Amino acid sequence: MNDRRLENIIGRLLQTGVLLAAAIVLAGGAFYLIQHHSDRTDYRAFVPGSQDLRTLRGIVRSAAHFHSEGLIQIGLLLLIATPVARVAMAMVGFALERDRLYTVVSLIVLLILAFSLVRAT
Amino acid sequence: MTAWDFTAVVWILSFAAGFLGALTGLGGGVIVIPALTLALGVNMKYAIGASLVSVIATSSGAAAAYVREGFSNIRIGMFLEIATTLGAILGAVLAGRIGTHALAIIFGLVLIQAAIQSFKGAPGGERPVESDALASRLRFGGAYPVDGNSQEYGVRNVPAGFGLMFGAGTLSGLLGIGSGAVKVIAMDRAMHIPFKVSTTTSNFMIGVTAAASAGIYLSRGFIDPRVAMPVMLGVLAGALLGAKVLVHAPVRTLRAVFAIVILALAIEMIVNGITGRV
Repeated sequence: MNDRRLENIIGRLLQTGVLLAAAIVLAGGAFYLIQHHSDRTDYRAFVPGSQDLRTLRGIVRSAAHFHSEGLIQIGLLLLIATPVARVAMAMVGFALERDRLYTVVSLIVLLILAFSLVRAT
Repeated sequence: MTAWDFTAVVWILSFAAGFLGALTGLGGGVIVIPALTLALGVNMKYAIGASLVSVIATSSGAAAAYVREGFSNIRIGMFLEIATTLGAILGAVLAGRIGTHALAIIFGLVLIQAAIQSFKGAPGGERPVESDALASRLRFGGAYPVDGNSQEYGVRNVPAGFGLMFGAGTLSGLLGIGSGAVKVIAMDRAMHIPFKVSTTTSNFMIGVTAAASAGIYLSRGFIDPRVAMPVMLGVLAGALLGAKVLVHAPVRTLRAVFAIVILALAIEMIVNGITGRV
C-alpha cells in the first residue's frame, strides 16, 4: 500500500458513492414529480418541515414507506456519507502504511465528523 | 409555479451553475444561491442547504479525476481538515442563529472577494523547495508532475494556513458554499504550496468540510428534498460536463466574464439583504 494507490482507491470509492446517491435522488425525484407535479410551490418563507425529513430515524422510516421525499433524503444522506467514508478509508490506509501520525490525524477528523452528524441527527 | 415547473427551472439553472463553476474553478454554490434567492424567491436557508449538498456531490464526483493527475496531497488535506471541519460546525450553528437578511449581506461580501480573486488569477511568488520545521515534522513536502518531470516542493507557515482554513470552514458552514477560494488562499499564499497542488487538494477537502455541517443543516430543516433534488442533480451534471470541456475552454476570458457576473450578483444580494427582500 502506498499513497498513490490509496488515493486511487479513495477516488474510485467517492465516485461510486456519488453516482449511487444521484441515482437514488433521481428515483425519489421521479416519484415526487409523478405524485406532486401540479402542486403549487412557494419557498419564500422558511418552515423547518416535519421530523420525518430531518432526523435519521424519520428519514429511514419515511423511505421505507416509499415516500418520495424520504427517498430523496436517503440519497442525500448517502451523499453526505461519501466524504466520511473517504476519511475512514484514508485512516485504514495510513494504518496499513504504519504511518502513526496520519492515522491519528484521520481519526481526529473522523471523530469531529461523527460528533457533528450524531449530535445533529 | 407548479412543482414540475419549479423542478425543471431549478435543474436548468443548477446545471448552468455547475458547468460555469467547474470551468472557472469557483464552484457551483456561488451562482446557485443567488439564482435561487433572487430569480425564484427561494428562502436563503433552503438555498444554502441545497447548495451545500451539491458542493459535496461535485467535490466527491471530481475526486477520482483529480487523483489520477497526481497533484493532490492527501497529508496536507487531511491535516487541514481538522481546521475546516471544526470551522464548518461553528458556521452551521451560526447559520441557524443569524437572520436571512444578514446571511444575504455576508454572502454578497464573500462573492465580491471571490470575484476580485478570480480577476487576479493564479499568482506566482516564492516557491521554496525546503519545508520549515513544523511542515517537515508533519511530512507535508511532496512532488508533482511538471512537463513529465517530478517537481519537489516545500511547505511553510502551517499555523497561518491552519487558521485561514478554520475561517474557510466557518464560511462554508455559514453559507453552504465550498469556499474553495479561501482554501486556495490559505495553501497557495500562506503556505507557499504550488497552485495546482493547492486547487486539487482544496477540491478534496471541500466535501469533507461540507459533510461536517450537513448533519446540522439537515436537522434544522435547511435541506428540503424538493429544492435539494434538482439542485444536486443539476449542479453535479453541469460540473461533470464542465470538467470534460475544461481542457479546450478559454479559461482566462471565462474567468473575467464570470467575475463580472458574480460582482453583479453580489451587489444585488447585498441590496436585497439591506432592503429586506431576500
